[in-house]
Amino acid sequence: MNIHEYQAKAILRKFGVPVPDGHVAYNSAGAREWAKRLGEGPWVIKAQIHAGGRGKGGGVKLARTRDEVRDISREMLGMVLRTHQTGAEGKLVTRVLVENGCNIANELYVSLLVDRATSKVTVMASTEGGMDIEEVAAKTPEKIFFETIDPLVGLTAFQGRKIASNLGLTGKLVNKAVSALQGLYTTFVTCDCSLLEINPLVVTAEDNLLALDAKFGFDDNAMFRHLQISDMRDYDEEDPKEVEASQHELSYISLTGNIGCLVNGAGLAMATMDIIKHYSGDPANFLDVGGGATIERVTEAFKIILSDKNVKGILVNIFGGIMKCDIIATGVVAAARQVSLSVPLVVRLEGTNVERGKQILAESGLDIVAADGMADAAQKIVQAVKGATK
Amino acid sequence: MSILVNKNTKVITQGITGATGLFHAQGAREYGTQMVGGVTPGKGGTIIDGFPVFDTVKEAVERTGATASVIYVPPPFAADSIMEAVDAGIEMVCCITEGIPVLDMVKVKQYMIGKKTRLVGPNCPGVITPGECKIGIMPGYIHKPGRIGVVSRSGTLTYEAVWQLTCLGLGQSTCVGIGGDPVNGTNHLDVLRLFEEDPETDAVIMIGEIGGTSEEEGAYFVKENMTKPVAAYIAGVTAPPGKRMGHAGAIISGGKGTATEKVAILRDCGISVADSPAEMAQALLKIFKP
Repeated sequence: MNIHEYQAKAILRKFGVPVPDGHVAYNSAGAREWAKRLGEGPWVIKAQIHAGGRGKGGGVKLARTRDEVRDISREMLGMVLRTHQTGAEGKLVTRVLVENGCNIANELYVSLLVDRATSKVTVMASTEGGMDIEEVAAKTPEKIFFETIDPLVGLTAFQGRKIASNLGLTGKLVNKAVSALQGLYTTFVTCDCSLLEINPLVVTAEDNLLALDAKFGFDDNAMFRHLQISDMRDYDEEDPKEVEASQHELSYISLTGNIGCLVNGAGLAMATMDIIKHYSGDPANFLDVGGGATIERVTEAFKIILSDKNVKGILVNIFGGIMKCDIIATGVVAAARQVSLSVPLVVRLEGTNVERGKQILAESGLDIVAADGMADAAQKIVQAVKGATK
Repeated sequence: MSILVNKNTKVITQGITGATGLFHAQGAREYGTQMVGGVTPGKGGTIIDGFPVFDTVKEAVERTGATASVIYVPPPFAADSIMEAVDAGIEMVCCITEGIPVLDMVKVKQYMIGKKTRLVGPNCPGVITPGECKIGIMPGYIHKPGRIGVVSRSGTLTYEAVWQLTCLGLGQSTCVGIGGDPVNGTNHLDVLRLFEEDPETDAVIMIGEIGGTSEEEGAYFVKENMTKPVAAYIAGVTAPPGKRMGHAGAIISGGKGTATEKVAILRDCGISVADSPAEMAQALLKIFKP
C-alpha cells in the first residue's frame, strides 16, 4: 500500500523528522488560503499522485505570490499528469500540497528497507540526492552507503554519526542528522513500513535538514494493526480491477496482453503467464484464486478478468491439491454460465478425481476446451485466441 | 534416509483446534505421519478427534516426545508461536501461515540466533518425505517414494514438479517448500546442502521465482560444492517490475531479482534450467540418468 506525499510528511512530522511546513488543498481558493497561513512565501505547489518523476511532468512548481499559488493550483488540479512511472494514460490530479519553499544548499538521499540477505532493516544513504537511486547504483555504486540495524537495539547514535559522516555532514548538522535518522527508523518500525525513502533530504542554507520528499511503502500483511494508515489508502490511485479483486481475497495484477489467467497458487500463476509467453501468447493478468477455488471465488475471478476489454480468451489452470477436480469443474461450469462467457475457455485440471472433473466440463454443454498438462493448455488457448482475433 | 523428517518423526500441530489446523492434522495422520497431538492455549487437557491438546508447546513436548511442529496459527499470532516452539527446543518448525508481518519475522530471525531449531517457512506448503511423513498442506497422493529431492518457494508449482516426476516413475526423497516470504527460516542453499549430504537423494529439482537472491546463493553452492545433478525452473519471466506477484517476496525491485538474471546465473553454475514449467522433470533427465 502507498500513500500521498502530504500524508507521508504528516506521519514524519509526528515522529520528529523535520519536513517543510505545508498543507494539502483540494481547490485553488483553498491553496491560496493555506499559502497565506503558511507565511511569506515563496511556496512550492506539488501535485499529489502516487508516482515519481512529477517535476519533469509539470507537477511541481514554484509560486512567488499568493495569486500565483492560486493560479498554479487551478492549472494543476484536474490535469492528467504523465510521468515515467504513471504510464501513457497518466493520473488525474485531485489534490495539491502547498508548502513553504527553502534554500537548498545540498541534496542527499536516505532510505530504509528490509534487507532479505541479513533479515534486518537497512539504512541506505547517498550523497547523490535528488537523483534516481537505481541510476546512482548503476553508475557510482561507491557513493551509496549501507548501515544494518539490530532489531533489538534500534538505530544507535553512533550509527547515525557514521551515516552523517558518510554523507559529508559536519558540525551541528551531525546531531541533527542523528535525530532525523532515529526518527525515520522509529517511523519505519512503528508503522510497519516495507520502504521509506527520503529523496531528497536537503541541507538548507541555514544549516538545517529537511525531508523535501517522502515515499512510503507499507507491509500489507501488517495493516490489520494500523487502521489509521489503512484509512489513508486512496482507491482512485489504484487499478479498479485490482481493488475489486482484493475485496474478494483474490490476488490480481493487471497486465497488457489478451489471455486472461485464473490459477491457484502464486508460483503456478506466474508460471502460467510464462508458459503462455513461451508459446508466443500474451497474458492479460496474474490471478491467484488461492487454495479454495469455490464457485463464488471462481465467478468473481471470471468477472474481474472479463472486465478487462482486452481479454480474448481465458486459461484456467488449477492443480487440485486438497480441493478435488470434480468440485472445481462444477465451480468453473457454474461461473461460466453465470457470466455468460463468450470468449474461448481452456481448462487444465490436475489432481484427485481429474477424470470426473473432465467429464463434468465435457457434459456441461458449454464450449470449454479441456487440456492435458500446462503445455497443452497454453498451446490451445494461444491457438484459440489467434483464431478469434483474425 | 531423506532429510528433515522421516517415519520416526513425532509431530505436533500448533493451532490444532482451528478448522485448518485440525483438517491438516487429520490428513497428516491418514498419510501415516506420527501426529502425536497439538497446542491451543486455553484448551489444554481436551482431546480433539483423538489428538491430545496442550496449553503450551513445552508441555506438549514433555508429554509426547515431539521433535517437530507445524504451525497453522493466524498471522497476528504466528511469530509468537514460532518463538514458543523454538523455546521449547523443537528441532524443526514448519510454519504454514501466510501473511505474517515482515517485521515480526525480522524479530523471530534475531531470536533464533544460537538456537538449535530449524524453521521452514512461513507461507509454505510444508515438508514431505513420501510414504513416511507429511507435514503441511500438500496432497499426499501425488508423491511417490524415491530418490529425487525437491526444494521450492511456491506451493502449487512444487506439486506440478512432483507430479511430473511421479508421472515419469521418478519418486522423491523429500520435498521442501521454503515459502514465498522475503524473510524466512530456510533458503534454497540450506536445503541443497542437506540433499548433498543425504545418501538417499541422487538428484535435485529446485524451483524459484523472482525477487531476492536465494536461488543465486543456492546456485553458487551447487557450482562449488555439489556432486549431485540439479535441475531448476524460475517463475516470473513475464512479471513486471515493482508489482508484488502474490507472494510478498516475489517482487522485482530496483531492477534486481529478475527471472532472466537468475536463469543466467543458474545456467552458469551448471544447473539444467527448464525453459517452460511443463518441462521441469525433463530438464532433470537431460543431466541425470536414474
